[in-house]
Amino acid sequence: MQVQTVVDGKALHVYLAGEIDHDSAPRIREKIDDKVTECRPCVLRLDFSDVSFMDSSGVGLVMGRYRHAHALGCATEVTHLTPRYEKIMKMSGLSKIVKFS
Amino acid sequence: MKKINECRMTVDAKSVNEGFCRAVCAAFAAQAEPTVEEIGDIKTAVSEAVTNCIVHAYREMGGKIYITASLLADQRLRITVRDRGCGIADVKQAMEPLFTTVGDDRSGLGFSVMETFSDKLTVRSKVGKGTTVIIEKKLRGRARD
Ligand SMILES: Nc1ncnc2c1ncn2[C@@H]1O[C@H](COP(=O)(O)OP(=O)(O)OP(=O)(O)O)[C@@H](O)[C@H]1O
Ligand SMILES: [Mg+2]
Repeated sequence: MQVQTVVDGKALHVYLAGEIDHDSAPRIREKIDDKVTECRPCVLRLDFSDVSFMDSSGVGLVMGRYRHAHALGCATEVTHLTPRYEKIMKMSGLSKIVKFS
Repeated sequence: MKKINECRMTVDAKSVNEGFCRAVCAAFAAQAEPTVEEIGDIKTAVSEAVTNCIVHAYREMGGKIYITASLLADQRLRITVRDRGCGIADVKQAMEPLFTTVGDDRSGLGFSVMETFSDKLTVRSKVGKGTTVIIEKKLRGRARD
């Protein structure tokens, strides 16, 4: 699993690559939370273009990042979900608090 | 229904084995020539069942996970994931969408995901004895469309 972060003005882009499961999620979480705390962006954008696998651990990951970012006044967006990932995310009602695009 | 083929394995309940377990089940299913979509469904459902053994049944303290993958005569794949962990007191409640007993970054969607991506899901559990999850999926494949 690879996590690449790019700061672009007030936005923090996070490019996720590889498999998101209960094994990899803690490392991804730490990287994102550290970067958000450090950079204090207005928008956290999680890019799923290169995610090759995701189960419900991905939903927990996004929910947890939303909570952490929200507490610091930062909005969360999720981009490039496959239909499968979107279906899993939507089962949680996550689309009410996180913008999908 | 007659079994055509079967594979059994025992793995340690360690998170590093999650990817291995879903890959083995997908590789076993390959003989039935499933679609890419069907392989994704199998991997996702197996990942949920295995993760639950590690996180809930054994509370991240380790144990053994017993997995059996069978291919039945009607191109049905049956995957059984069993643990000897803590068990579930109320299975019906545990299977409700968003129900979780672990707050930290768990969404309570595992059973819902298993149901969504399979044709039939059976859960048997006994407190103090363990849990058995049976995932069944008919593999329609491309050739048989
Ligand atoms: N093998 C198991 N042994 C003991 N308890 C289990 C087992 N599998 C599930 N449970 C119980 O059922 C609940 C619901 O499981 P489910 O997989 O739906 O959600 P979760 O694991 O809590 O969250 P998520 O799967 O979204 O990360 C769990 O919180 C746990 O209490
Ligand atoms: Mg689960």
